Amino acid sequence: MASFDPTPAGAASFVALDKVSLRYGKGDAGTLALAETSVTIEKGEFVAVVGPSGCGKSTLLKLISGLHPATSGSVVVAGNRVTRPLPICGMAFQAATLLPWRTTLDNVLLPLEIVARHASAYRRDPAPYIAKAKQLLATVGLSGFEEKYPWQLSGGMQQRTSLCRALIHEPDLLLLDEPFGALDAFTREELWDVLQQLFLVQRPTVVLITHDLRESIYLADTVFVMSARPGRMISRTKVPFARPRTLEDTFKPDFVEMEHALRNQIAQQRRG
Amino acid sequence: MSPALIRTLPWSLPLALVVVWEIACRLFEIQSFILPAPSAIVATTIEFYGAIAQHALQTLFTTVVGFAIAVGFGLLLGIALGASKPIYDAMYPMMIGFNSVPKVAIVPILVIWFGIGTIPAIITAFLISFFPIVVNVATGLATIEPELQDVLRSLGARKVQILIKVGIPRSMPYFFASLKVAITLAFVGSVMSEMVASNSGIGYLMQQAASTFNGPLLFSGLIVIAIMGVVMYEAFVWVERRFTFWATRAQDALT
Repeated sequence: MASFDPTPAGAASFVALDKVSLRYGKGDAGTLALAETSVTIEKGEFVAVVGPSGCGKSTLLKLISGLHPATSGSVVVAGNRVTRPLPICGMAFQAATLLPWRTTLDNVLLPLEIVARHASAYRRDPAPYIAKAKQLLATVGLSGFEEKYPWQLSGGMQQRTSLCRALIHEPDLLLLDEPFGALDAFTREELWDVLQQLFLVQRPTVVLITHDLRESIYLADTVFVMSARPGRMISRTKVPFARPRTLEDTFKPDFVEMEHALRNQIAQQRRG
Repeated sequence: MSPALIRTLPWSLPLALVVVWEIACRLFEIQSFILPAPSAIVATTIEFYGAIAQHALQTLFTTVVGFAIAVGFGLLLGIALGASKPIYDAMYPMMIGFNSVPKVAIVPILVIWFGIGTIPAIITAFLISFFPIVVNVATGLATIEPELQDVLRSLGARKVQILIKVGIPRSMPYFFASLKVAITLAFVGSVMSEMVASNSGIGYLMQQAASTFNGPLLFSGLIVIAIMGVVMYEAFVWVERRFTFWATRAQDALT
């Protein structure tokens, strides 16, 4: 495992958090969720963030996405200081958060109605976008479900739709907040592969928040471990395995060994 | 009970009530100006068919116009209240105060302003029916899950986009539910106004009937209002199912 170095060489990283703190509530009465955290993520890198529950993993994502401003420190994405949400982001959450009055297809198309660089082209000629949405749905195994409503789909299918929605506008930065957390183990493993496929096609920069270590190693190039609250980064582990990875790989000795090492780090955090 | 029997209940129960009513009137020889028998009401309705229809149409007209204004106004005010906390805080006490005033007490003021007749009836129907629409739409908007808003915010959506794409569609089930309450209230408003200050409409007809102790005609008016109320209510049940099937998840409305 590489020793932890929060700011490796190559200054112009795609995502750079510099000594970022976030306190919920005012003054000392507030909760310090994140303490002077520094992270850098390269363009096209798939990063997973793991840590004990309540350590501020989701907070980190809110900061990068611009949904929540930092109390101190700076967040820079694609060379711009983040002060509000950026349309180069795609997000998916633990809940699928689909709009129940829209069909699956219309849910996937939603970002195109919002994101400025697509909105006018989409309004003028939606056909190519619709074709692309259908193709994306086909990639995740949802062909034939385009006209179904979210509440007619299973939890796993809803989460697939949610992934498609996060990717339709070809975001440079994909932010995933425990997207498979609420799914059963089999569906989850199936979706790891789906996400890996999508990643290999579009090659966005990805930040995946998860508490599943196997998931983090299976999917990520780099795994960050966070400390217990107030959260800060305590280690950075490069995952050396070649892509595409398979479920079989997750049972191989060096994979298991890495998972074990990460688990120990988190166990230490929970004790400390 | 068998499903077939349950299906007939909405019709058979009122019918049974009418039969009991008829028997009771005959058995106890109740005078018709106190409680007319259903048969007498039917006879009177047929006798005064033309007049009743004319007055009923007048009431239906004032009710529907007042209700339509209430829908437009209620929807706009509800969206304003639900979308903006300052507007909500500023308006709510006043709204509650206004809604607490018996609307029949406002009719004399309307008469001073507009004279008797159609306009006070329309305004009373409007005043009595917009409140539930406002409250429901505002509630629908105020209870949107933050996660749904985050989906749009993370894409860089402006507030007004979030309102249009999520807020308003999300509050539609609340809106359509309120229409069912509002339309029946609108009848209350228009008939009330007609009784106090009008020379047409079912309310006026009933006032006339009462002053001549014409029990059957009085009840005929009541039943006509009830029927119009049920028909309009059912119409909005249909509209609700049509437009917000996703909230009730009615599979049959999809096809």
